[in-house]
Order: sequence, then C-alpha cells, then structure tokens
Amino acid sequence: MSALAELPLLSLRSVRVGSRRDHEVREIVRGVDLDVLAGEKVGVVGESGSGKTLTMLSVLRLLPRPLEVLGGQIRFEDKILTELDERGMESIRGAGVAMVYQDPMTSLNPLLRVRTQVVETLRAHGSSDAAAGKRTREVLGQVGFVDPERVEAAFPHELSGGMVQRVMIAMAIATSPRLLIADEPTTALDVTIQQQILDLVDSLQSRTAMSVVWVSHDLGVIARLVDRVFVMYAGRVVEQAPTVRLFARPTHPYSQALLGSLPGPEVRHRARLTQIGGSPPDPTRLPPGCPFRARCPFAFDRCAEQEPPLLERGEGSLAACWKEPIEWL
Amino acid sequence: MVLTLFGVSIIVFLVLRLLPGNALTSSLGVSAGLLSHAQLVALDHYYGIGEPVVQQYVSWLHAILTGNLGVSLSSRTSVASLVGAALPVTFELAIAAMLLGLLIGVLFGVFGALRPGRVVDVSGQGVSVIGLGVPSFVIGTGIVTLLASVFQYFPSSESFASLASDPWLNIQQIFFPAFTLSLGIGAAIMRTTRASMLEVVGQNYVRTARGKGLSRHSVTWKHIFLNAFIPVLTMSGIQLGYLLGGTVIVEQIFVLPGLGRLLVESINGRDFPVVQSVTMIFAAGFVVVNMIVDVLYAVVDPRIRNR
Ligand SMILES: Nc1ncnc2c1ncn2[C@@H]1O[C@H](COP(=O)(O)OP(=O)(O)OP(=O)(O)O)[C@@H](O)[C@H]1O
Ligand code: SF4
Ligand SMILES: [Mg+2]
Repeated sequence: MSALAELPLLSLRSVRVGSRRDHEVREIVRGVDLDVLAGEKVGVVGESGSGKTLTMLSVLRLLPRPLEVLGGQIRFEDKILTELDERGMESIRGAGVAMVYQDPMTSLNPLLRVRTQVVETLRAHGSSDAAAGKRTREVLGQVGFVDPERVEAAFPHELSGGMVQRVMIAMAIATSPRLLIADEPTTALDVTIQQQILDLVDSLQSRTAMSVVWVSHDLGVIARLVDRVFVMYAGRVVEQAPTVRLFARPTHPYSQALLGSLPGPEVRHRARLTQIGGSPPDPTRLPPGCPFRARCPFAFDRCAEQEPPLLERGEGSLAACWKEPIEWL
Repeated sequence: MVLTLFGVSIIVFLVLRLLPGNALTSSLGVSAGLLSHAQLVALDHYYGIGEPVVQQYVSWLHAILTGNLGVSLSSRTSVASLVGAALPVTFELAIAAMLLGLLIGVLFGVFGALRPGRVVDVSGQGVSVIGLGVPSFVIGTGIVTLLASVFQYFPSSESFASLASDPWLNIQQIFFPAFTLSLGIGAAIMRTTRASMLEVVGQNYVRTARGKGLSRHSVTWKHIFLNAFIPVLTMSGIQLGYLLGGTVIVEQIFVLPGLGRLLVESINGRDFPVVQSVTMIFAAGFVVVNMIVDVLYAVVDPRIRNR
C-alpha cells in the first residue's frame, strides 16, 4: 500500500489550540499531527487534561471561548477546514464529520423533543420533512431502541443516561457522516451499557464506510475496537502506532506506563512496567525539555534540554522520546 | 390566588378607612361645616358611612362577589359602567407597553449578547440605563412637552378615541404613553435577555446544535433564545406587575381616561366604591398575569409540564 495513493480522510498538521489575550498566548494543544484514513478506526488516548477533546473540537471549529486554533492546518477530504468560512463549516458539521460529545446528558436541548432534534439535523443537510421523519425512526431503531416512536416523542429529561447516549449516536449517524468522532462515549455509563454502546457503534461502522475516532482516557476500553492508536500527553501526540504493535512493543515510556496500568491478559509486560506515578503537567506551563521527564524512569540529561520530536520507530510506529528503543524479549 | 385577592380586599378597605375625610366632606368641601348635625347624620346614613367597618366590609364583599360593584358616590352612575369604560383603555395601554417593551428588550438583548461589546450591545446598555434610571413620569412629561412644542399636540380626555371608533387616532394616542411605559420594561427585559443569552451560549447543547451544521439563525433562536427565554418570562411577569402601577402615572400625564385616572380621581373624591373596585381590578389583573406566566412556563419548558 503506497502512502501516496491513499490520501487520509482527515489530517491534522501541527495543530495548536489555546487562547490569545493581548500578547499573552496560552497553548494547550501544542502541535498535533493526526491522520485518519477512509474507513479506518483510530483511537486517541491520554490522561485527563492531555488535550484530546480540544483537539477534536478544533476539527469542527467548536472550541469554547476564549480558545481558538492558534496555528497548523486541518484538512477534511478536499477542504482545508482551517481556511473555510462559517458557511463552509456548517456544511461539514453533521454531514461530513459528526461528533458524539463527552457529556451526553447536557448535550441535548432540554426544551425540544428527541424527534425535533434529530429531524432538524437531517433538514439542515437537505432532507425533506417526510424523509427526515422516516430516517429518524430508522436510526433510533438502529441504535437499539425497541420502541422508537416513544423515544422520538420524549424530552431529554425523560431518558436515562444510556438512552441519551444512544440518541446522541443516532443523531450523529443519521446523516451518514464520513467520520464519526466519539469522545469518551462510555464514561458515566455502567459496565454492561458501556459494552453495548461500543459494540453498537462498531457494528454500525462495519456496515458503512464510516471512519471512527474513539477518544478515551482508558486505553483498555477502546483497544479492541481500533486499528491505530494515538497516545497524547500534555497537548502532544507522544506515540502513534498500530494497535497490535503498541500492545506488543510500546515505545514511549508513557505508553509503557499506560499499558502497565491496563488490566487484562493481553498485557504481557505488565510485571516489568511501573505504575504511572505523579500527575500530568499543566500544558500551558511546561519546563523546557520532555514534558514527561518528571515522571519518567528513563530520563537522562538530554531530556531536560530539548523536547523530543515524533521519530520513526519502525512497523508504522512513531514516538517522541530521546531514549533508544529497549530490547524486547 | 383567591387568598391573594382576599388579602388585597382587606388591606384596600382598611387603608381607605384610615384616610382622613369621606365622600361627604370631600364633595361638600368646607361647606360641610354649615350642615347641622342631624343633616350630617342623615347623609352619613344614606351613604352607609357611619356603619361599623366590619359590617361595611362584609356587605361590600358580598356585593362584589355577587357582581354588584355598587354606585359611585360622586357621579351617581354605577361603578360597573365607569370601570367598563376605563378598563379597555388601560388594558390596551398595558398590552401595548408590554409588547413594545418585549420587542425592544428582546431585540437589544439578543443582538447585544451575540456581539458583546459592539455597537448594538453598548447602545442597548446605554439606553437601558436611561430606561431603568429615569422614572416614567419624567420621560412622560418630557414626551408630552416635546409633542406640545413641536407638533402643537395637547392630549385631552374629551378627544380620546377608542380602538373601535377610530383605530388610527387611537393608536396615535396610545403610542406615546405606551412607549413611555415600555422604556423601563424594555430595559429590564433587555438586561435579563442579554445575561440569559450569554449564559445559554456556553451550554453543551448549543455546541451540539452548532455541531450538527444548523444555520446561525436556527442556533440563535431555536436553541439559544428558546432556553434563554425562561428567565425573560419571569422578568416579564414582574414587569407587568409594575406596569399596572405605572399606568396610573402615565394616564395622568397623557390624560387617558383609563383605570389609573379613574382611581386617582376617585381617591381625591373619597369615592370609596370606585376606589375599591378599581384596586380589586388591578389586583385581579396582577393575579391573572401571574397565572398566564405560569401557563407559559409549562408551554415552554417540558420539565415543568411534567411536575
Ligand atoms: N474552555 C476552556 N478554557 C480554558 N482552558 C480549557 C477550557 N477547556 C479545557 N481547558 C483546558 O485544556 C486542557 C485540555 O482539555 P481537554 O478537555 O482537551 O482534555 P481531555 O484530554 O479531553 O481530558 P478529559 O479526559 O478530562 O476529557 C485541560 O487542562 C483544561 O484545563
Ligand atoms: S524523552 Fe526522556 S524523559 Fe521523555 S520520555 Fe523519553 S526518556 Fe523519558
Ligand atoms: Mg475530554
């Protein structure tokens, strides 16, 4: 497979997100490169506060004030989103890229029926009223509601957390987007419903050519669903690797630590890896050098001098670390 | 609700009885001293003035509950016909002022909140300071003076045209008093709308609405404004309450033959049956407004409807 032949569906290049007030720039996402191929399932993992959500919101230009994209380029299909006007963004949002947000319970308008909210999405992208009504019932059925008519007529406060999450997914897939971003789709749900939701989206994905970005602070939750993983730390991607490779040979000490704290039989090297001690740094006030240094068991002189760039490590893996690859058994 | 009205009826009744003077002393003026004691007693008896307060109250309550508002002591016509003539004027004035206030307040509030710190916002804020800070009798007097000096227009109660008889003239006559009243309401509604809009803009469901690719217009009105409207509704109810009081002053200034004027005239004449009836109508108006607001809450917000 040649890299030239297949242009990624979505690509982020050196995307920086932060706030600019007077002359003070606070950077939270500090140059993220991320590609998603057509039909691909990608995972984005990292501790709370590492900038996963902000990176994803920057794609749809939905960053909360005063945050904005400070630099870099975001491309989706043949459109440079970072150069598009608001009208152009409106046609991408929902239709090209749909997102399921981190906090579903507060993400539906409390005053409007489920039907109204799904239908208006379809109407905004050219459906007729009748077609939108029919499609609404169809997608509510697809996300596993046995009584779509009742859910349609309900107001958000009449639904449970799991039901709202499924409505959010139905609303996102109703327009058949080319890319679905699912931000922490299972937090605040109990374990059995978690599995249902994950399997649901995964089966919807396999039936369509949709690409999916799974965002989670918990690698264990999404590992089995994704082809490739991006590990984020302090506003940067510190490792990117095919899932199999990451689990077999995590390169970055932070990935190693993440896998070390991961439950499950597939982790072979658990015994040799340390738990992650310490807490994540504030990405806006980083000392020079590698941001993971304070927590890294392998840190040496060079780590304090310069922040490591993402470097090729073979087998499709890239990692941002000065340390030579460890010899694995 | 009923309790509120009952309470109001007692207070009104007692306060009126505490006023110095009665219908006789005020209608006869200083010449009251010329009447003999026997004549005064006879007149007192005729007007029911001398009876114990409790008995007066009970018979009045009984009368209004059976739909009999009584007879005006000064004009000898039935209170019902006086009120019937004045009520539509005040009703129209209040509705017009409210609609105008809502229009001004909502437009400035919404567009100000969409671009905080810009021209619309700053000018809206400026006008609201005037609307809230300058009492309506000052604004009203100013407008009347302006109308008189520029257009040689002098309002009078004789020339008043009802909406039914001459709609165009009526609208001209109602517009300025309604505008006077609407400034204060508009300012309060504007502030509430603006603050509420700014709060709702940051809510997650607004992000969802934008993220679905809805147009700016649809996001603003269907998602942001609809949610921001709930506090505006509360504020509108409160303002309508104040508004009823405001009509009394503005009707005086613009010489409109409404309930407010009727009230002032009958207080001056110690015409208790009229005062009591008009006050009760104001109180009932207040209660009805609150009921309407409660109904509207339920219409807008399904979370309230279910409770
Ligand atoms: N509206 C905002 N204004 C200023 N800073 C913000 C804002 N939203 C988030 N941040 C900061 O940006 C950083 C990254 O936030 P982000 O939500 O992207 O993290 P995340 O990786 O998604 O974490 P989580 O797992 O908690 O969702 C956080 O440290 C947070 O403090
Ligand atoms: S660069 Fe140095 S401090 Fe950073 S992860 Fe690698 S070894 Fe650790
Ligand atoms: Mg997040």
